[in-house]
Amino acid sequence: MKEKTWKPWLLLSPSLAAVFLLLVVPVCFVIVYSFWLRAPSGQDIPAFQMGNYAKFFADFFYPSILLKTLRVALETVFFCLIMGYIPAYFFYKTESRFKPYLMVLVMLPFWISFIIRTLSWINILGDSGLINHLLMNMGIIKSPLAMLYNEGAVIMGLLQYLLPFMIMNIYVSLDGIDKSLVEAAKSLGCTEWQAFREVTLPLSLPGVSAGCLLVFVLTCGTYLPPMILGGPGNGMIANLIFKRVIGTLDWPFGSAISTILLLLLILIVYTYNRYLGINQIFKSMSNS
Amino acid sequence: MTQEKNPAFVRFQGIEKRYGKVVAVKKMDLEIPEGALVTLLGPSGCGKTTLLRMLAGLETPTGGDIFIKGKRINDTPIHKRNLGMIFQNYALFPHKSIFDNVAFGLKYRAVPKSEIKDKVEKALETVRLPGVGNRNPSQLSGGQQQRIALARAIVIEPDVLLMDEPLSALDENLREDMRREIDNLQAELGVTTIFVTHDQREALSMSDKVVVMKDGLVQQEGTPEEVYNNSANHFVADFLGHSNFLSAVVEEKHNDVLKVRLDDKSSCLVSPVGNFEKGDKAEIVIRAQKMKLGYQDEHSPEEDMNFFHGTIVDRSYMGGEVSYFVELPGKQVLHVINFVKRSPYRRGDDVYVKVDPFHCRLLQS
Repeated sequence: MKEKTWKPWLLLSPSLAAVFLLLVVPVCFVIVYSFWLRAPSGQDIPAFQMGNYAKFFADFFYPSILLKTLRVALETVFFCLIMGYIPAYFFYKTESRFKPYLMVLVMLPFWISFIIRTLSWINILGDSGLINHLLMNMGIIKSPLAMLYNEGAVIMGLLQYLLPFMIMNIYVSLDGIDKSLVEAAKSLGCTEWQAFREVTLPLSLPGVSAGCLLVFVLTCGTYLPPMILGGPGNGMIANLIFKRVIGTLDWPFGSAISTILLLLLILIVYTYNRYLGINQIFKSMSNS
Repeated sequence: MTQEKNPAFVRFQGIEKRYGKVVAVKKMDLEIPEGALVTLLGPSGCGKTTLLRMLAGLETPTGGDIFIKGKRINDTPIHKRNLGMIFQNYALFPHKSIFDNVAFGLKYRAVPKSEIKDKVEKALETVRLPGVGNRNPSQLSGGQQQRIALARAIVIEPDVLLMDEPLSALDENLREDMRREIDNLQAELGVTTIFVTHDQREALSMSDKVVVMKDGLVQQEGTPEEVYNNSANHFVADFLGHSNFLSAVVEEKHNDVLKVRLDDKSSCLVSPVGNFEKGDKAEIVIRAQKMKLGYQDEHSPEEDMNFFHGTIVDRSYMGGEVSYFVELPGKQVLHVINFVKRSPYRRGDDVYVKVDPFHCRLLQS
């Protein structure tokens, strides 16, 4: 059996090579860059110094953007959880023959470009967008409601992007629950709601926890919804990185912010894993 | 107890379940006596599980009524029916300890905490697993898990215990033990029990009453001996044990035996089930175990009633007994199961098959 141990590695090698070349190597570049020095002339000088990190923590401006990013991420997770659990539960419960089609509907947004989907919210929420247009025509409001270019619009844009991830994670977890457990609970005296609280909800928590982590991490790294739907003050940490690297071509500082974000997320995922168990994610994935 | 047992503790009246055009249970009437262990036996898709689930409240009947202790329960929601349900896959709550699993039903019956503890411990002792309360279901074997499921169901003192193929997930030897255990426990507690199975051995070995079902209808109900020895029709005779079927025409009527003519013109004495007239077409049922084999050259030709000559075409050795397939001159193959005496017969041996008229049951075909 011993000589066969190379086989799994051989099968893994294309993916490993891709991950290494396209992810690990660039991340190493970013980390190295974060120690470089940016000359006033705009030239990047190879160096090993902590100036970029010191600049980040020099005043409260940059950390506050980081904190705001975390807050928006938590808010997004919260709304995603509530808005994702209900459809996931519906998919679990329904015996409709349309169930596969309904589930395709959940995945359908992935077929349309993320930018187009985000931009389309302007036509819905904007001053002359669908909602304001309808409300004004019906005479309910006189002047358009300001629904765009604020944090609410950013979270809305994030929700439409992230909901499918949440729904699918929770659904997979729910789908792995043996239906006779609920029947057993009911036969022992539970009402439908009590059986949900006693059995279905606790057993779906692995999927909930996986979905929450995924949504949180994806939100922390997002920059399109804040850029398109947010106002001037709604930029998140990724927008800051974007501005430094693309806008002012300050690669060393942009790299330092990226490294800080990366370390923070690693810390969060590690802590989450310690207390909630990230292998639950894989368990919930393999249950179906 | 001097109190008269209720012969219709559970009563199904014209019960029916349709799924669209498919009829799972067809206008069935059935009575379950108090304190009895009744098995619903039949092949998959015969409606036995649907019937049980309707009683449990997990399916809604599309017609008819269900009564427990004379009270109509059609509209009683499942959590108020006070039934103990045992599932094929145990259905223990994986995120709760064994104690919490067993205590689950008591919690929802507002039993005080101190009493819950006593009752759970007593239930665990009843299923011979004391002291496992702190463990998790996944730490127990399949047989142990099913015993915990049993404890969880009996601790609430249900009116009826419902078991949906509770043994089919266990392996052969364990199944035998659990079968005896459930049987003893049921006798000890005296709880009315309905047991769904497709395994005839389970049904015959543990029931007070067997209800054989097919296509959503009751084919026969009675004690295990009745349904086995006096099978009411071809299906029941075929489903229970190994039976041989021979078509025949009634030739002569005597008091309690008939003389019938077989397809190959030979005659056979049989004992009928029901009324037959001369010339009626019928079917003889002979259990594989009830026929005796012998070498043809050892057979004295004067007694050739209920004698068949044939050749062994196949056999399978099963330890204590051997299953033989004997081909008759008319190409019909009889299945004969005999205990191994000296040495078993071999393929190609010319043998005779002898059967007592009492063991040849004649059924209307």
